[in-house]
Amino acid sequence: MAEEKVSSTGEEDSQVVNPWEVTAKDGDKIDYDKLIEQFGCQRLGADLVQRVERLTGRPAHVFLRRGVFFAHRDFDEILDLYERGEKFYLYTGRGPSSEALHFGHLIPFMFTKYLQDAFKVPLVIQLTDDEKCMWKNISIEESKRLARENARDIIACGFDVTRTFIFSDFNYLGGKFYENMVKVANCVTFNKVVGIFGFTREDHIGKISFPPVQAVPSFPSSFPHLFADKNNKVNDNLRCLIPCAIDQDPYFRMTRDVAPRIGYQKPSLIESTFFPALQGENGKMSASDPNSAIYVTDSPKDIKNKVNRYAFSGGQDSIEKHRKLGANLEVDIPVKYLSFFLDDDAELEHIKEEYGSGRMLTGQVKARLIEVLSELVERHRRGRALVTDEMVDAFMAVRPLPFMFS
Amino acid sequence: MGFTKDQLLDRLKELQINFVCYDHPVVLTVEAQAKYVGHLGGLLSKNLLLKDKKHRYYVVSALANTNVDLKVLSQRLGLGKGGLRMAPEESLQEILQVPLGCVTPFALINESAGTVSFLLDQGFKSQECCFFHPLSNDATISLGSSGLEKFLTSLGRKPAYVDLEATPLVGKDNPPDLADFVPSGVPALSDSAEKAPPIQPPVVTQAPENVKSTSAGKASIKAKVQSGTTEKPKSTVNPLIEATDVEKVIEEIFAKFASAVQSENKQEEIETSLFDGVRKRITTDLQMQMMSFKNAAYSQGFQAGVEAVRIAMKNMSFRS
Repeated sequence: MAEEKVSSTGEEDSQVVNPWEVTAKDGDKIDYDKLIEQFGCQRLGADLVQRVERLTGRPAHVFLRRGVFFAHRDFDEILDLYERGEKFYLYTGRGPSSEALHFGHLIPFMFTKYLQDAFKVPLVIQLTDDEKCMWKNISIEESKRLARENARDIIACGFDVTRTFIFSDFNYLGGKFYENMVKVANCVTFNKVVGIFGFTREDHIGKISFPPVQAVPSFPSSFPHLFADKNNKVNDNLRCLIPCAIDQDPYFRMTRDVAPRIGYQKPSLIESTFFPALQGENGKMSASDPNSAIYVTDSPKDIKNKVNRYAFSGGQDSIEKHRKLGANLEVDIPVKYLSFFLDDDAELEHIKEEYGSGRMLTGQVKARLIEVLSELVERHRRGRALVTDEMVDAFMAVRPLPFMFS
Repeated sequence: MGFTKDQLLDRLKELQINFVCYDHPVVLTVEAQAKYVGHLGGLLSKNLLLKDKKHRYYVVSALANTNVDLKVLSQRLGLGKGGLRMAPEESLQEILQVPLGCVTPFALINESAGTVSFLLDQGFKSQECCFFHPLSNDATISLGSSGLEKFLTSLGRKPAYVDLEATPLVGKDNPPDLADFVPSGVPALSDSAEKAPPIQPPVVTQAPENVKSTSAGKASIKAKVQSGTTEKPKSTVNPLIEATDVEKVIEEIFAKFASAVQSENKQEEIETSLFDGVRKRITTDLQMQMMSFKNAAYSQGFQAGVEAVRIAMKNMSFRS
């Protein structure tokens, strides 16, 4: 079975993209074309977006239209089988490392909710509290607590409890899930994970043996309570689609490599770009700097303040210069953020036109962004207020979902 | 591209359905048709294409002398008093792909008619010679009711006869007796350039066995989706699925609200663009709110279930 090809770069100063580190080359922007080439995945073209619209009978999600979700592996196969009347399920996840979620964290969830509604398919969400425990050196209790807290924000994104199973590794591992982990682990050498994830001999064995945990939710037999029939048989041909940020690609490259060897189907992927920090593409969104991102707990005043003071502007230094030269849309963060969250294509085009030509000022663009973000945060806040402990328990209960494909 | 008369006749031959085809000059009415085939001693049909307020379509094939009262039919379908009317001419082409004066059950062979409901006069039951147009007005075919049933079955439809002249009282204690004939499926996308194949037949299973599962009591499941076969008139899909479909419910509420506003505002018609604008503003928020509602209700039920089991276990151990 041909392995997933990954071209080796060998250059010291090239960009680094893996689940634990994302750095551009030399303080530059991330080169996504190069990344696609390096990883060996496919670009998600306009034809696929149109096909999605046709098959789902509704406009494509703004993230698809704007190229936020821009790469894939075998997404066309998922569309093929869907067109034939077959089913698939969704799998996404979060490493619960902090209580505060910002918009960058929400992006895969907002998109996954759209996929769930548009295709009417079930979803499993993995909270890797064990991973964060190991990587961030927090206690097991704290990890588990953060997992539940994050689950509330995730639920607030609008997932359907009759189609969604949320689980945390500390709670769920065992049974068939663990059997699959062993199957996967048997197929991946130490050398391999060193190559894929950059592990060293100094890394503790918890980290080194973690990858199978994130791999096996791609296989329906890991969830017998969802996908097994009355005779306890699981249809191993049920395909899985994984929406994620592209830095997670290594996990699933490994998974796709292993899958056929253990008699399972390869999961398909649909991958997103990274969400830039307020200070610009070169800035880092970090938990230690609250001004680097907009958090779902920010008040309208916070949002206004952060955008006005910290959002990197591509506008010129003076109004005269700006009217003359227009804004640099490449580096302007407000326009970038609007391209993620402003649904109206025509309005966005108009803003880009006017701002790029200098007729619109930075202040106006920022004002519009503040409006859009405030509305999103408010909607999220309202939703989250309605998520009770019982609701989290219900989403996380190991229970069948009889209407998950309806 | 709709089926042609010849393609239809070929298909009937494939299905080994006996028929006789009579050619005649183009006719647009039953009376005109009767001039050419009336003497043959069979049953002429009058065929109507009807449409309800939610843009769902119905083909009614009745004996020529059966009285079809649209008001009564509308109530029996559960569409209210004035819910049913004759479909506009364009629909004949768009939905059935037949010319004017040519509505016929055979038009159901087209994919575009996939979600059209079919009501067949019980007067045709067990009859040897029924006359219908074969997708064009310049011919009439005569076939037995068993042949027609075979044809319908080949489309994945369950042949069902209706007493079209019956006038049962529809009210609180008497639910509409023809409610099952109201289509519930996703209408075929009317993009003539490309036919989107039917998505998601109403399948309710636990495991997505994609071939032969037979979950007792649930809707019958088809593995391969055949073109033109989607909704059957009598569907046994769990009604809660539609009732808990957040997007659908919000759409219905909004439509109801908009229509009520129109009715209240007797002065003049309110621009539909106003409603579109309002809808755009609030739909997402309403959907999120309703999803919260659905999740909350489920969670409360789930809690209750867990507690019920706990109580039952306690009672069991107490007794032992």
